[in-house]
Amino acid sequence: MNMNPRTTQKLAFAFFLLATLLIIVPVGLIVVVIIQKGLPAISWEFLTSVPKKGMRAGGIFPAIIGTLYLVSGAILFALPIGLFSAIYLSEYAKDNYMNRIIKLSIVNLAGVPSVVYGLFGLALFVDFFKFGVSILAGSLTLGIMILPIIITASREALEAVPSSFREVSLSLGASKWQTIRHIVLPNSISGIITGTILGIGRAAGETAPILFTVAAFYIPKLPHSIFDQVMALPYHLYVISTQVPNVSEQIRYGTALVLIGMVLLMNLAAIIIRYQFRKKKKW
Amino acid sequence: MIISGGNLDKTIKIKILDLDFWYGTFQALKKINASITEKKITALIGPSGCGKSTLLRVFNRMNDFIEGVRTEGSVEIDGKEILGPSVDLVSLRKNVGMVFQRPNPFPLSVYENIVFGLRIHRDHLSKREYDNMVEKSLKSVLLWDELKDRLKKPALSLSLEQKQRLCIARLIAVKSDVLLMDEPCSTLDPQSTAKIEELMIELKKDYTIIIVTHNMQQASRISDDTGFMLLGELVEFGKTKSIFTAPSDKRTEDYITGRYG
Repeated sequence: MNMNPRTTQKLAFAFFLLATLLIIVPVGLIVVVIIQKGLPAISWEFLTSVPKKGMRAGGIFPAIIGTLYLVSGAILFALPIGLFSAIYLSEYAKDNYMNRIIKLSIVNLAGVPSVVYGLFGLALFVDFFKFGVSILAGSLTLGIMILPIIITASREALEAVPSSFREVSLSLGASKWQTIRHIVLPNSISGIITGTILGIGRAAGETAPILFTVAAFYIPKLPHSIFDQVMALPYHLYVISTQVPNVSEQIRYGTALVLIGMVLLMNLAAIIIRYQFRKKKKW
Repeated sequence: MIISGGNLDKTIKIKILDLDFWYGTFQALKKINASITEKKITALIGPSGCGKSTLLRVFNRMNDFIEGVRTEGSVEIDGKEILGPSVDLVSLRKNVGMVFQRPNPFPLSVYENIVFGLRIHRDHLSKREYDNMVEKSLKSVLLWDELKDRLKKPALSLSLEQKQRLCIARLIAVKSDVLLMDEPCSTLDPQSTAKIEELMIELKKDYTIIIVTHNMQQASRISDDTGFMLLGELVEFGKTKSIFTAPSDKRTEDYITGRYG
């Protein structure tokens, strides 16, 4: 078939545009539907009180707090380890067999299905280390899940710092660590923070890793120690959508709205931080 | 092999003896022997890949960061061996500062750029002493009048020539006394180049300067001694005037008359 190149070009553009527009549709629909159906449920009471009447009424406060605990725990564990290994990989590691295996492991870690993390957490933290089904076990499992996100984002941020900065710092007699501490880290902090926040968002939203390691079906009170179970938003949403009959649609969508709101807020924070740092950066 | 028992000749700053250097299996420097005179400008010229930048980076051990390099022979600065594992690289690099091809100030203020080295070396100075050091350093690179009211401005907003001056000022602040310059004017326009050259001539009153340059006019304009390198060898080393007017080696003559390079 012989078509005019200009026609084929127009056709191609049209297809590409269509494909791109198709991406917006589900995102838009999710947000619109959840807001429409969930917004009426949102009230001060919904956010700050415990579930009542077999979770068919009341609020979701314990689940919000539980999610905040889990996310904080995950970050407390994953940020230092992720950042330190990113520094090692980008600044110190030589290109040898061992380090290639490490890099490959990180890529693969990112590809592991989240339910497998859940099982792994159950086997390692809950059973082997005897942490029990607890905040500690759940946080560590989530932490391992977001490690690749933090490592990859931090490595990219570190490697984006021009090597001339490092060279000049070393040539002034700074040690390698001083160079990292005073030159490389300050200039890559925005990327590291962005990666961390994206990791937080991911940790807040996942259900499978916390399923066997921490999440409680129903505890209408707050935890006292890191060895307690907690409710968590994604698992709570799963429970009231599938396990408990006759929960009003409003409560279910209200819960989803709070969850998606938290994740979007975190992503927004990441974007703002990145923007602020980018404004300052001029190389 | 000459054994130098304490260098009595005060005017020799750097003494290079039978220096060999390898990147992996590639020998980049071959049996280099030379003496670099104190408070003079020494130019290293030669075609790309001849080893002149490698030689320059031997003097502050910057090649150490490349994997698989090997150095043999001896290089003494002020009579002290700088090769070998026991050398204190921090004080060596404080002493032997480097100016790079592309002006590369840190993305910090003018002020912070100059005091960076001092802070790194934990010279605990008072605010006033830092201020004095900034003023002194900027004055010696003739930037003080231009920048004294803009010390808090980001260094990256300066012109290329100002940036390069700032990079030199940064070395003066840590009290380097050897300045290695790796094609310091190659990104500058002719006017800025002339100004940096003037500065170099001014600086040689106090500093020993070694400059790698592709620009032979530059070498002949500013340097006292010149070394011509080719394929890792120091073919000829001597007074700039004699190298450029009466080279003793045919290869030097071919290069400076533009027959290759």
